[in-house]
Amino acid sequence: MNAKTVDFSGNLIEFRDVSYHINDIASRAVISGVSLTVPIGETLVLLGRSGSGKTTLLRLINAMLLPAQGQVVVKGQATSEWDPIRLRRGIGYVIQEAGLFPHFTVAENVALVPTLEKWERTRVAARVAELLSLVGLDPSEFASRRPRELSGGQRQRVGVARALAADPPILLMDEPFGALDPVTRAELQREFRALARRLGKTIVFVTHDVREALFLASRIVLLETGRVVATATPQEFIRLNHPEVQAFTASLELAPGAPA
Amino acid sequence: MNAGTWSFFAEHRAEILGATLDHLTLVVIAMAIAILIGVPLGMFIVQRRALRAAALGLANIFQTVPSLALFGFLIPIPFIGGIGKRTAIVALVLYALLPILRNTYVGLTGIDPAVLEASEAMGMTSTQILFRVRLPLALAVILAGIRTSTIITIGVATIAAAIGAGGLGTFIFRGVALVSDSLILAGAIPAALLALVADFLLGMLERRLKVI
Repeated sequence: MNAKTVDFSGNLIEFRDVSYHINDIASRAVISGVSLTVPIGETLVLLGRSGSGKTTLLRLINAMLLPAQGQVVVKGQATSEWDPIRLRRGIGYVIQEAGLFPHFTVAENVALVPTLEKWERTRVAARVAELLSLVGLDPSEFASRRPRELSGGQRQRVGVARALAADPPILLMDEPFGALDPVTRAELQREFRALARRLGKTIVFVTHDVREALFLASRIVLLETGRVVATATPQEFIRLNHPEVQAFTASLELAPGAPA
Repeated sequence: MNAGTWSFFAEHRAEILGATLDHLTLVVIAMAIAILIGVPLGMFIVQRRALRAAALGLANIFQTVPSLALFGFLIPIPFIGGIGKRTAIVALVLYALLPILRNTYVGLTGIDPAVLEASEAMGMTSTQILFRVRLPLALAVILAGIRTSTIITIGVATIAAAIGAGGLGTFIFRGVALVSDSLILAGAIPAALLALVADFLLGMLERRLKVI
């Protein structure tokens, strides 16, 4: 580790007055003036409607996008100064459709980043088996399968295992459980919450589902048209009287079985 | 097909076989060159929008020129022109290019965006994404283009005889001139069989390479 990356005072990720807009048109801002810190070990949930800028915010963290103004500081260094390849290899990434490689087996999918990092073969194999067990898939049954031979929930488990493969301190998740049926989704949410607490990863999780946000978050950041409108723990969040917060909590009350 | 045709085939089987081999040589050389140009060019235009329109447009134009005219146009051009095999191969390559180029481009760009997003987000370089993700996933589509081109080339190569390139077209042109069905069939039947066999073999390979 070089000197630049040592001091980040407990915050793995920090947004410093970040703006991002498409095609350099300032009036078409997707993100405006966002400042945020994500301390080590936190599960930060970015909540918002479609188009509120939550995915954009996520992609600014691993330099898939670079800010037009301000800085995104990851592990003590601005993303604009990181080698994007090095930065991304140290950040796990899980997306809605899992994005597994259809021409790789489950084991090869999970082994991707360790292979790119040129780990020894035996170490990779051991790690793959460990991770598949961790996400609840029996390695002897699943390692040699292809993604098309898996259910949606199993694919998403492989996606999580792949993101964790090189043991990155940060995990970015973009509606990872959004395309699953409600039963499988609840199952994965429960298991994932337990896993996140056990592993102590710093997680930034994007969702539009307020129930999921309340369940998984240690802190919720609510976005509206590219701005942060509320930051709160789940307990505080439901008591806020910001109109956008109430729009979200109202959607809870409509759902059967929700807390009144 | 009457008894005369059969005996004609039997008597000239050495010549027919020789012409078939000549024909196959023309096709194989032209296809090899077309693949060597078409696949890398298709890879290249994925990232370059301006060049993409030009390359696909040009390949499209070659494809629409009637084949006999294309052979004719090439004859007066220095170095690549003239009478004989070399000119024929140039024309066949120009003809074969479009399906290979287009399918390479379509195959490389038609990949599930989630897969590409994951590749990028996990820290693969663009070269790694091209060779480990895009190309393996595009292989079946690229091969489908090669298959189409091969069938076209086997057919168009019969016309190459008109500019003295030899092959099965020699029988057909001679048959047309002498109004002899036997001669025409001696060129047409082997050409059709070549096309069927090539289609079958490449189709088998294509199915084997298909991932999803």
